[in-house]
Amino acid sequence: MADVTKLIHKYLRHEKKFPHVWCPGCGNGIVLGALIRAIDRTGFSKDDIVLVSGIGCSGRMSVYVDFNTLHTTHGRALTFATGVKLANPRLQVIVVMGDGDATAIGGNHFIHAARRNLNLTAVIINNSTYGMTGGQYSPTTPYGARSATSMYGNVEHAFSIAELAVTAGAAWVGRGAVYHATLLDQLMEAAILKRGFAVVEVISHCHTLYGRKNLLGGAAEMMRAQKEAAVRVEKAATMTPEELASKFTIGILADRDLPIYTQEYRKIREAARTALAGED
Amino acid sequence: MAKAKTKPARFHREGMEVSIAVSHAVQLARAEAIAAYPITPQTHIVEHLSSLVADGQLEAEFINVESEHSAMSACIGMSAAGARTYTATSSQGLALMFEILFIAGAMRFPIVMTVANRALSGPLSIWNDHSDIMAARDIGWLQVFVKNGQEAFDHTVMAFKIAETPSVLLPMIVNLDGFILSHVVEALEMPDQELVDQFLPPYSPRHVLNPKAPVTMGAFAMPEIYTEVKMKHQVTLTNAAGRIQEVWDEWGQLTGRQYYPVERHLTEGAEILLLTMGTLTEVAEIAVEEMREAGLPVGLISLRQWRPFPFAALRAAVGDAKLLIVCDRALSPGGAAPPVLAEVRSAFYTQAQRPDIIGYIIGLGGRDVPPEAFKDIVAKAREEVTTGPTQEFHLYGVRG
Repeated sequence: MADVTKLIHKYLRHEKKFPHVWCPGCGNGIVLGALIRAIDRTGFSKDDIVLVSGIGCSGRMSVYVDFNTLHTTHGRALTFATGVKLANPRLQVIVVMGDGDATAIGGNHFIHAARRNLNLTAVIINNSTYGMTGGQYSPTTPYGARSATSMYGNVEHAFSIAELAVTAGAAWVGRGAVYHATLLDQLMEAAILKRGFAVVEVISHCHTLYGRKNLLGGAAEMMRAQKEAAVRVEKAATMTPEELASKFTIGILADRDLPIYTQEYRKIREAARTALAGED
Repeated sequence: MAKAKTKPARFHREGMEVSIAVSHAVQLARAEAIAAYPITPQTHIVEHLSSLVADGQLEAEFINVESEHSAMSACIGMSAAGARTYTATSSQGLALMFEILFIAGAMRFPIVMTVANRALSGPLSIWNDHSDIMAARDIGWLQVFVKNGQEAFDHTVMAFKIAETPSVLLPMIVNLDGFILSHVVEALEMPDQELVDQFLPPYSPRHVLNPKAPVTMGAFAMPEIYTEVKMKHQVTLTNAAGRIQEVWDEWGQLTGRQYYPVERHLTEGAEILLLTMGTLTEVAEIAVEEMREAGLPVGLISLRQWRPFPFAALRAAVGDAKLLIVCDRALSPGGAAPPVLAEVRSAFYTQAQRPDIIGYIIGLGGRDVPPEAFKDIVAKAREEVTTGPTQEFHLYGVRG
């Protein structure tokens, strides 16, 4: 049996929940593949992992995997995950969201999760649109792009999710693209192993809706565009803002050791107990 | 039924998806501001509106905001600034709006909203039932249900006129069944712009945010005044029934389609009545016609107007029927009865002469309800009348 098939049999509910709902050529499969390969390498048992997802095409991911799973409501995946992690910090909690989940309806939760620094892994698949509901513009739809709700071009400006996470205080932030599958595997693994709030933004494509509306070709063409627009973080440091105008960076954008919420919580509780004991 | 004597040739007939028809109704009503967030199965309505706005066919502001909570908040802002305001949502979206819905009602903003009814999670379901709107029963909005595309179109146009009436000034929801109605293609008759303009004049708000004449909106209410404000809201909402019928009558004169808060189908001489809402009404009509042909004295009443609840019209429609079977599409777990059954029983509690009232919950989470289900329910209810009630209500067709 090929290694890939072994992983599929080990981690996916291949006999129950397939075929999946994703369009042929969708990047979500690559993200799922990267995720299970990374989990396999980290050595966590399936029962150590909780995969939490929101709503939309990415939300289906929790249905297909044989971990502990929590399929939540639109935008709230991180808040459900916060509860899981607080109640049982030993669980390895991975949260998969789309750009709508993480930066629109759940945008508030995203910045506060980053600020709070719980030991969670947040994977955000950014395909620049609401794929499942028909391709409306989202907070990551580029300025000027067409969508089901911006037929002549989007007048709003897009979030850069990874940079937003860095600014909001996430301990570890990486960005990959589904084209760069090997890098994605590495980023996923590093994010899972990182102690603290770790964010992997994955640049993906929705050729079915976003690509069609913006005449960007099929999945292969859109992945080629990822290849052409992606610049390694290290190389970007040597480039001018003009040179980086139509590019996005890939690699690790932030890696810092910050106090982790559950540890801080334990410390303050112990300090309070000591103080109260001293009063007696 | 009051039919127009001479119907003017100011209509055209066209087949289209009902969601698109609703967006054309909003266009013809000249909505000026729309804020929405994508959610299945409402999406096509606002999506098409965004195209109409983008193509310059509708002079309105359109914004695809970051959540339904923001959508309804933005609608309040738009309405407060004096714009004719529209939005649409479904299920979880309506639930996320919840906090703001009460505020729109209490602040008396005549926002019109389509709810493409869909089951609330969980389990996660995108399919049709009425659990979303029944959870929002007490938000203080006017609420109606429609059974087909023509009604969805008509009631969307009429909702603006009703809501904006100075003596009403309340937001209004038009409920249409998600997918089962929102996504079907139907032939429907649409009036031209001139006729709609005659019927629906521009919105002239009584109170509007204006730097030249500042007003306070959304103010805090001390215990001395809170109850009085609620009383005023309750009285206004109840009294809106008269204005609703006036607007429906006027539309009836223009189009030949006359609407009532409680509609009747083959109720003459009926000893047994089914009560339905929304699209189930058309399915029940088929079942009732077949039962009539088979000699059963069965009729159908459908509840179009849900808020304010049409107590008098319901009692009149039930008349001296012996058995009334209420069909709900939502559950009130642990409660006395599902929402519609509870209201109907209340309506008859004070009546000296009242029918046996039996409740069935059907069609949850997209479960199909064929005409045979109604025949089966009628048979079961007739048997229950002879044996005595077995339960407060029944959940129909549970497997296992």
